[in-house]
Amino acid sequence: MVVSVLSQGDFLIASIHTALNDAELTRFQEDVVAQIGERRSHGVIIDVGALDVLDSFGSRALRNLAHMARLRGAATVIVGIAPDVAFAIVELGMDLDVHTALDLEQGLEYLESVTAGDRTGSSTLGLLGQSRER
Amino acid sequence: MTVYETSGEDQGPQGGDHRLLPELVAHLREHRTELREEWARRIDATHLLQAMTSQEVGSETTSVYDNYVEVLETGNVDALQRYARDLSERIIPRGVETHEVVGIVLLLRDVLARSLFQKYHDDFPLLNRVLDAYEPAANRIANTVAVSFVEERERIIRQQQDSIRELSTPVLQVRERLLILPIIGVLDNQRATQLTDQLLQGIRAHRAKVVVIDITGVADIDTSVANHLVKTVDASRLMGASVIITGLSSKIAQTLVTIGVDLSKMDTIGDLQGGIEAAERQLGFRVTRPEPG
Repeated sequence: MVVSVLSQGDFLIASIHTALNDAELTRFQEDVVAQIGERRSHGVIIDVGALDVLDSFGSRALRNLAHMARLRGAATVIVGIAPDVAFAIVELGMDLDVHTALDLEQGLEYLESVTAGDRTGSSTLGLLGQSRER
Repeated sequence: MTVYETSGEDQGPQGGDHRLLPELVAHLREHRTELREEWARRIDATHLLQAMTSQEVGSETTSVYDNYVEVLETGNVDALQRYARDLSERIIPRGVETHEVVGIVLLLRDVLARSLFQKYHDDFPLLNRVLDAYEPAANRIANTVAVSFVEERERIIRQQQDSIRELSTPVLQVRERLLILPIIGVLDNQRATQLTDQLLQGIRAHRAKVVVIDITGVADIDTSVANHLVKTVDASRLMGASVIITGLSSKIAQTLVTIGVDLSKMDTIGDLQGGIEAAERQLGFRVTRPEPG
């Protein structure tokens, strides 16, 4: 088992435990997007803390995943990017274009803040605007 | 010492000169006091070793003289090398320069050569052979001392570079989740890389959310360092921390604009105080003065 997708309240917590090849990444992406609908999640946390490399395909897959999640009404936050990985992403000019947070706790905090309005009945469009702003 | 080997070739055919060196050494030992004093006078006259007192110069010249003669006798420079290194260690912090050290050794070589001239001036062929024996050994000594001095200097420079590097980029936590990186001095590529490293590690270690990088103490940066700084800001954001840069000098501001850095991604504030206040606001801190009484 190289990935796990857990449901925690309104949020999905997807953790990648080892380096994924391109096919596995694509399956992971589909899996998470499918589960957002099934579980009616409002937010997704992708934990990449265990990764020590993230190539261009990987970062594009994560970005696409975030965009798809947004289209299905869930905000996404990537957590646990290691220092070296962070600098490599910037060095290679890969634009992640997804909100990031230090760890699971801060990721949850972020999702709580951006989805607070959503659960009290305001429109999903408002949520999208908020997450773009950040 | 490889330098010695090249000058050794003209020694080969004169096997009898092996006996000349002991004679020479005996001569130098015999006139030790007067030669040493003559040497000290010359050092004084050429204004070398001004950083040392005449007493110190006196005791060092005595040791150097004895070491010098010993090397002439034995041909073994190890002891001299050790002594030269030890001497360098003592005198480098006092501001003694390389040309002074080389200068005094060359003076000693000249003083001794003069005394040999005086002693053998009646017999020119013998003087020639004496100098054949003396010169390579003397040059070798001068070489050994100069190289030891320079090596010791380089060792000190390396050591200082290491300690400067260690001190140069402190990562300080001023509030929960708020880090400050004061940068002072020249920001070159190597230091910028180190800064990135320390910052990203620091964000993780302190679980920082906002980082203030203060570059008031940096006069100017080149384009590659400026780009590196921008990358550092981006990388920090990927780790969930936002970066505020404070204290940009007008020169740095010009550099950033000239190279066309995307300023929308950079959060800059005039001075460190403003930066810390902005960071506190981002983190939801409010600093209030307690009511008097």
